[in-house]
Amino acid sequence: MIESAGGATRLSRMGAWLIVCFLLLPITVIVPISLTDRSYLSLPAEGPSLQYFVNFFTSAGWLESFAQSFVIAISAMAIATVAGTLAAIGCWRLGGRVSDAMRFLMLVPMIVPSVVYALGIYRTYAELGLLGTYAGVILAHGVTGIPYVAILVSAALADFDARLDQAARSLGASIAQSLILVLLPILRPAIASGAIFAFIHSWDELLLVLFIGGRAMFTLPRRMWDGIQDTLDPTMAAVAVILLAITCLMLALDLALRRRDI
Amino acid sequence: MADDHRGSGTAAGLREQRSLVARRGRAERRVYHLLLVPALVLLLVFYVFPVARVLWISVSEPQPGLANYAELASASVLRVLGTTVEICALTTTITVLLSYLAAYAITHSSSRLRRIMLLGVILPLWISVLVRSFAWFALLRRQGIVNAALLQLGLIHEPLALMWNALGVIIGMVHYMLPYGILPLVANMRQIDPALTAAARGLGASPLEAFRRVFLPLSLPGIVASCVLVFIFSLGFYVTPVLLGGGKVVMVTEFISNEIMVVLEWGTGTMLATALVAAVLLLLALLSRVIDVRQLFGAK
Repeated sequence: MIESAGGATRLSRMGAWLIVCFLLLPITVIVPISLTDRSYLSLPAEGPSLQYFVNFFTSAGWLESFAQSFVIAISAMAIATVAGTLAAIGCWRLGGRVSDAMRFLMLVPMIVPSVVYALGIYRTYAELGLLGTYAGVILAHGVTGIPYVAILVSAALADFDARLDQAARSLGASIAQSLILVLLPILRPAIASGAIFAFIHSWDELLLVLFIGGRAMFTLPRRMWDGIQDTLDPTMAAVAVILLAITCLMLALDLALRRRDI
Repeated sequence: MADDHRGSGTAAGLREQRSLVARRGRAERRVYHLLLVPALVLLLVFYVFPVARVLWISVSEPQPGLANYAELASASVLRVLGTTVEICALTTTITVLLSYLAAYAITHSSSRLRRIMLLGVILPLWISVLVRSFAWFALLRRQGIVNAALLQLGLIHEPLALMWNALGVIIGMVHYMLPYGILPLVANMRQIDPALTAAARGLGASPLEAFRRVFLPLSLPGIVASCVLVFIFSLGFYVTPVLLGGGKVVMVTEFISNEIMVVLEWGTGTMLATALVAAVLLLLALLSRVIDVRQLFGAK
């Protein structure tokens, strides 16, 4: 702390603030762009206008995409949360080689580049007839969401006093009872965080949907991607803000839940 | 009969009791094994199997053998690989240099400032990569906001070519990678005892010398972790290079996607995908010699 007066430290701190501003720049700039009153991607000239949000909310295509994205993200979240939580608890109780192998397996989707998985799941779905179906997209998003839940719940379990669970069991609780009455309430904040991140993962996902979406599945990111490639009207900026808003809402929810549980 | 022995304290009774506990333990372990089943089945059927297929197709289509891998020497593939390595190396270098500066400032700040800066670093991590790339698109294009501002200020007379070239791709990629570069470095630097540099200073080292001979070597594992992590993520990056490269800067992921979706060349596409996985695993193996990789993913 004595060194904080040093020139080098001050310089590095200035650099750090510039880097933080650079990091936040695109997120901040997208909001005024979405409010532009001109007909192309730009900052508002005369004053803010909501015309492109009106565009979004009066277009059947965009609204359908919004609904699709939402249904897919909620369902994928449910799959990832249930599978990830149960597996994390199982690993925690079992320990040893089985749990090491399982933990490794749950990390694989974070390591393998998603384009590789996209090729594989595209081919597999083509044969199973799952291309362009809700089930297909939900399963792909759900499976790749498992690591988020498993990591957060495992971290919470590592801090958890195992004697609480043992006490419940020795007082006559069955495994199911100790799971529902002891473990789940204590793990609730971690499970909620995991669920929220699994939701965001699916909500923002683009590459997989490009491969397996077929002719019927146009999530918001996919429709926006197509829009950028052809028309590029400022409605895309409004869509970006809507995507952003839902993500921020989810992060705020996570923060609020954590605060309440602490 | 056994009931008579139970609790009697005889050797046979004790053994009986132990085996009962053991049996109950085994039954319990079975239940906990069952908890793994949903995730296991989902991952094996809908993740591992499809990925394994990709690797398999690379040596079996159009005909069995390693013919697809001969493509690695073809001019078009070499060009793509060259572009990929070049862009990823540049991105990694710039990202890690900036990350080091930021991480240094973050670890040497008061806890309140540290928390604010870390929030600024972590928040973008959760924002859709498509939204961020699109924002850069709006900023950097010919009629974009940066060019408009520079023209208005009279600093330039012609709009600059800020995207649809390597520059745009690197700006977008560095922006995406910075949090992944900064966080491992912060984790590493926070473990360095500040008393060590203070001691070096006390023994007569100049601030620069104390940094170069004490702090820098101690932060080396963080630098390696940050470099490898950023390079790995850069290799598999798709959205930003495609959007900001505009077909002018084709990296391996876009090439793979085109092979499959446009020209339907499963052989070449899966071969490159396999090579990509191999490169990532190799880098992770390298990384695991420096730090505990599981820690990076929060598994430990």
